[in-house]
Amino acid sequence: MTAPLLQVRGLGKRFGGFTALDALDLDIAAGARIGVIGPNGAGKSTFVNLLAGTLPPDCGSILFGDTRVEKLPPHRRVRLGLARSFQLPQLFASMSVIENILVPLAYAAPSREASPFVRSRAEAQAMNLLEQIGLARLRHQPVGALTQVEMRKLELARAMAARPKLLLCDESMAGLSDSEVDDVLDLLFAINAEGVAVMMIEHIIKAVSRFSERVIVLVAGRKILEDAPANAFRHPEVERAYLGE
Amino acid sequence: MKLSMPVFAAFVIGLCATLLLVLHAIDNDYLYFGGYLLFQYVALAVAWNILGGYAGYINFGSAAFMATGSYTTVVLVKLFALPLPFLILAGGATAGLLGLFTAAMTLRFKGIFFAIATLALAVVLQTIVVNWDFVGGSRGVYLVRPPAPAFLDSFAQYLFALILGVTALAVILARFIERSTFGMGLAAIRENELAAETCGVPTLRLKIAATVVSGALMGMAGAPLPYYLTYMEPNSAFALTHTVNSVAMPLIGGTSSWTGPVIGALLLGLAQQTATVTISSGLNLLVVGGLLMLFVLAAPEGLIGLLHLAKRRGAT
Repeated sequence: MTAPLLQVRGLGKRFGGFTALDALDLDIAAGARIGVIGPNGAGKSTFVNLLAGTLPPDCGSILFGDTRVEKLPPHRRVRLGLARSFQLPQLFASMSVIENILVPLAYAAPSREASPFVRSRAEAQAMNLLEQIGLARLRHQPVGALTQVEMRKLELARAMAARPKLLLCDESMAGLSDSEVDDVLDLLFAINAEGVAVMMIEHIIKAVSRFSERVIVLVAGRKILEDAPANAFRHPEVERAYLGE
Repeated sequence: MKLSMPVFAAFVIGLCATLLLVLHAIDNDYLYFGGYLLFQYVALAVAWNILGGYAGYINFGSAAFMATGSYTTVVLVKLFALPLPFLILAGGATAGLLGLFTAAMTLRFKGIFFAIATLALAVVLQTIVVNWDFVGGSRGVYLVRPPAPAFLDSFAQYLFALILGVTALAVILARFIERSTFGMGLAAIRENELAAETCGVPTLRLKIAATVVSGALMGMAGAPLPYYLTYMEPNSAFALTHTVNSVAMPLIGGTSSWTGPVIGALLLGLAQQTATVTISSGLNLLVVGGLLMLFVLAAPEGLIGLLHLAKRRGAT
């Protein structure tokens, strides 16, 4: 049996007296599609921030591939292949669409180690990514001119520029219309088809159900369930967590 | 204009050489003295912009970096009689080390907290100098100018040529950084530090490098000052004018490119010189303050931003 790509053991985070994440264990295999759901305050975003390195954990370990990463800064984790997108798109506002992709190509992509950064070559790679997400025609536009769904796609493309092994999508579909959700889902499927494991944190149950092979349910910082979507959404504890007693 | 780095460097050096020849032909020492101050501020503004403009970390401690260069000269002149070019390099090295120390102490702060920390650094350093007898303490110290090199007309010309060299170095380095992967990383930090980090940008390392380079260039700009003034005391070395100018000049010109601080420094420097000569020297800071307010309100992206806006409007 091959070792999981990500192994999380006893991961915990407290903010003062509030336990945001309580001794969480999780394994993610290479190329897997995982959904993480839970009501507001369940600890979903905290979990993503701990994995990505934007928050330090209080306890526990994170093994990514064969590297312990819980003490590494975010940029080192990205270079190992652990990329993320944000709940609210965090783009480089005064840069153009293509420049947003060039940053991870210069700093995070494995190719930067093999050869020096050459702008023309990186621009060709960036164009490939932009063509995949349908934003090639907007390459020289400032990101401020993009629509909400275009920003979400650009952020995913930027994460992909780092050639990740695991992509953490923190509510990448929040605030989008049904057709836009489908667009982003298609993109996530395409990313996954390239062998990238995707962990989707989402409130849109329809999207989680369609995308995920396995769903993890967090409630009050604890993992209460990990199962196939069909079973997970019917589980009494999940119904109780979402609908109350 | 997309000039390659060697061509651009040759162009800048050629421009400096031409300026020297023109001033040599005019043969007026005041032009060297006035020009020294002008180019000292161009170097200072370009150096400040590497951290403040490219990375968006506002440094209110420019006077401290400049004074470090100046006082390195004072110390080395008292200890050994080194030639001025070596003193400039030593001033750069000392101020670069101060940059490293500052970065280690303050770069975990962001925004206004970082700005206040750099201001505090200047106050701490000034207090140390005021109480340091070896460099004259609060009463200051006189320096006797050595003879100018034989191939030059006067010491004023020598000082001017050296500050022009420092300015050329600052401009070439700033343009190189701006167009490099390093510059791209700094721009990402300025735009969104969290996103930069999650794009693989080693934000702390880049900020430290920017602080060291910026500090070293400011130190180099300050190193010849004791010979320019022939007298060094803490109030001149840590003058508010240095800090205000180093921030105001890039803001007026535009901070996103090396051209902004150059244009801002030339414009503001000339305005200050003109005000000093024709009206009163006390009017300097009033000119800076007035122009700064005008630009912050009417053109927050500076003159370069205005030019880009006009170009975009012309295109549509």
